[in-house]
Amino acid sequence: MTLIRRFAGLVGMIGIVLFFSLARPETFPTLGNWLNISQQVSMLLVVAVAMTVVMAMGDFDLSVGAMASLSGVIAAVMFKAGFGMVPALAAALGAGLAAGVVNGALVSLGGLLPFVATLATMTVLSGAAFIISDGRTISGTDLPAAFGDFARSGIPLAMDGDRVLSLPSLTIVAALVAGVLWLVLEQTNYGRRLYAIGGNAEAARLAGVRVRLLRLTGFAFTGFGAAIAGLMYASRVASANPVQGDGLMLSAIAAVFLGQSLTESGQPRILATVAGVVVLGALDNGLTQMRVDSYVREVLVGVIILVAVGISALARRGQRR
Amino acid sequence: MTLTLDQISRSYGPVQALRGVSLSLRPGQVHALMGENGAGKSTLIRILAGLEQPDTGRMVIDGHAVAFPRPEVARAHGLRFLHQEMQVVPGLSVAENMHLHLPFPRRLGLVDWRRLRATARTALARLGLDHIDPAAPMVRLALGDRMLVRIAATLIGADRPWLYVMDEPTAALTAAESERLFAVIRDLRAQGAGILYVSHRMAEVMDLSDQITVLRDGALAGSTARAGTTEAALIHAMTGRDLSDLFPPRRPRPEAPPVLRVQDLSAGPLRNISFDVAPGEILGLAGLAGSGRGALLRALVGAIPRQGHAALGGDALPATPSAAWAAGVAYVPRERRDEGLMMRRPIVENAALPHLAGLMQHRKAERAMLAAKGAEVRLKAAGPQVAPLTLSGGNQQKVLFARAVAGNPRLLLLDEPTRGVDVGARFDLYRVIRDLADKGVAVIVASSDLPEIIGLADRIAVLQDGRLGALVANDGLTEADVLTLCYGPKAA
Repeated sequence: MTLIRRFAGLVGMIGIVLFFSLARPETFPTLGNWLNISQQVSMLLVVAVAMTVVMAMGDFDLSVGAMASLSGVIAAVMFKAGFGMVPALAAALGAGLAAGVVNGALVSLGGLLPFVATLATMTVLSGAAFIISDGRTISGTDLPAAFGDFARSGIPLAMDGDRVLSLPSLTIVAALVAGVLWLVLEQTNYGRRLYAIGGNAEAARLAGVRVRLLRLTGFAFTGFGAAIAGLMYASRVASANPVQGDGLMLSAIAAVFLGQSLTESGQPRILATVAGVVVLGALDNGLTQMRVDSYVREVLVGVIILVAVGISALARRGQRR
Repeated sequence: MTLTLDQISRSYGPVQALRGVSLSLRPGQVHALMGENGAGKSTLIRILAGLEQPDTGRMVIDGHAVAFPRPEVARAHGLRFLHQEMQVVPGLSVAENMHLHLPFPRRLGLVDWRRLRATARTALARLGLDHIDPAAPMVRLALGDRMLVRIAATLIGADRPWLYVMDEPTAALTAAESERLFAVIRDLRAQGAGILYVSHRMAEVMDLSDQITVLRDGALAGSTARAGTTEAALIHAMTGRDLSDLFPPRRPRPEAPPVLRVQDLSAGPLRNISFDVAPGEILGLAGLAGSGRGALLRALVGAIPRQGHAALGGDALPATPSAAWAAGVAYVPRERRDEGLMMRRPIVENAALPHLAGLMQHRKAERAMLAAKGAEVRLKAAGPQVAPLTLSGGNQQKVLFARAVAGNPRLLLLDEPTRGVDVGARFDLYRVIRDLADKGVAVIVASSDLPEIIGLADRIAVLQDGRLGALVANDGLTEADVLTLCYGPKAA
């Protein structure tokens, strides 16, 4: 029974993949489709693994979606003003880092609840995106061709008839970000200390962890990650508007929770988050292929998250007793 | 009314938690149940509460066999259970909390708030708890008062209990709160209730109980009237060891310059404290609740800001916990759940936390460290990856001790090192503390447990209202001597 509970999440994941594979054998379980899914989820993956860093500390960050929107808008506006690739991208990423540091300072130095602090910065960042972009979409012609081309590029893997299947560049970027954060969070002493803060912040402080400093840097990672995702998004749609990244925030939190439900200890882990993102991506892709109405799709995804998180909560209650 | 347990046995898989335990619980009697962790106390309580069923044996009330298949049945037979972690609704008033198990009194279909409070006040008064305002929100009450409110609540309504089961009720209480609880327990006994009182604390058991039953390894290790036994006999029954072994002997120390030198230290409630601690010395820190014992240790480790001079060896004592650990100060805080442990992280991570060095993790080295230091403090755990949540209080404390000794500290700060720890683990911890001192570590032990201070310390510093009231060599001091010092010149 404990075994069933322990692996319920994993079984559910495989079940979802099997179901779609059987229902759409021609189009779902193909290399081309999975490469497609990997590109579809790449932005979400970056935001979700960045979110995992703050969630390891027991905090969370509501401002990531707004930050992603703002980062795309900053880069686009700079392109439009005639700046080159390097200054535009650096400004967008710098803004992400700065917003993360501000979030971290509000939470760790200011003592605000993460919910309150990042709700406020979310609003500020979103407003800033509107001000900078003048509320308009900055599109195609204003952006350098190379910027939009990046999202369409990739490393060729195989031929499917006369179509080239390639590993998308966005997927590679997302994998790199996930890999780096996995190293940081799960292989360094820095990551160990973040988990200690999440386990018991006061105990961590008394055991010599510099809780304030580390919380601040944790939020900086998340803000930076959100900015990367914003640039990826803008590159993918070859345009930027002040709300395009907003939806990433809730999906990212959902992915981390979904991933958490897969781990034994119920803690946020990078690889678990990756699995959570893949489940969400596969669900979305599969349901679309089944021609499920997009509103119904949202309901189904919500229910599946509830079931997964609910099962793992029950399993842990069983352990605790 | 008499509830008799007759030859109760219960096993979990291969583990025999209770082996043929018999005992009788009577009205008007405080019956203490003692034993180390794992002795079977919790299983016995769970059976009484209807949370577990015995494998064999029977329960009898006044000659009739009974069974408690569910908690409600135990309740219907007049049993009530009080745990150290009380379930209350913090946002509601005292009176409302006392009526949670009953319909609220009503008038004209609406809640009759006046009668609600009056009923609560009457129940509180029956236990002499006039200091608690029934209209006060529960959240404003101290832990001890919350427990008393819960006890008073059992006096409301038609089904009066006759037997209270109290599982380590004083574990989280201050001395003053405990005294109040004891007064209430005596009151209940005088009113004819029976009490099964589970505690680690020898002094309160000797003070309160009429009958004492000791469990060891799931079996009855003795059951006698309080008058017929001694602390030494009880400890022997619980552990198989003698009281005289509890505190390892002190040895003469060579003269050496102090490890810690404190001059005119002020912090929190503390004013102008000055003292030294020599290598290999154990300094006991005594004082009444609120005298600043804990604050002194927190100030020394840098957890609260301090003024004045403090030197560790030749250097200034660091001002933050991270720098203090790095300089060879180790600290075991008073509240191990709130201030000490990450309850859900593996014990190896808990122990290694202050000693992480370099950029990358070294899991193998951490496990080796835990294996070595865990053995040194006689930590019993199923492996390095288990979470403290699953360990007994004694083993949780040993995780903190493993953490403290892992860095080979020069100065060891211990706040209530054996609080909520069973006797067997206390033997181990006292041994560890003395061994460290013999290796040249300077140790400061703050404790409200006077026998512990007197048993361990080479010198005793007594705090009174944040000032150092006395600093005396521990030569033939009695508990009464130290207590007199705690109360200060006024009491002398």
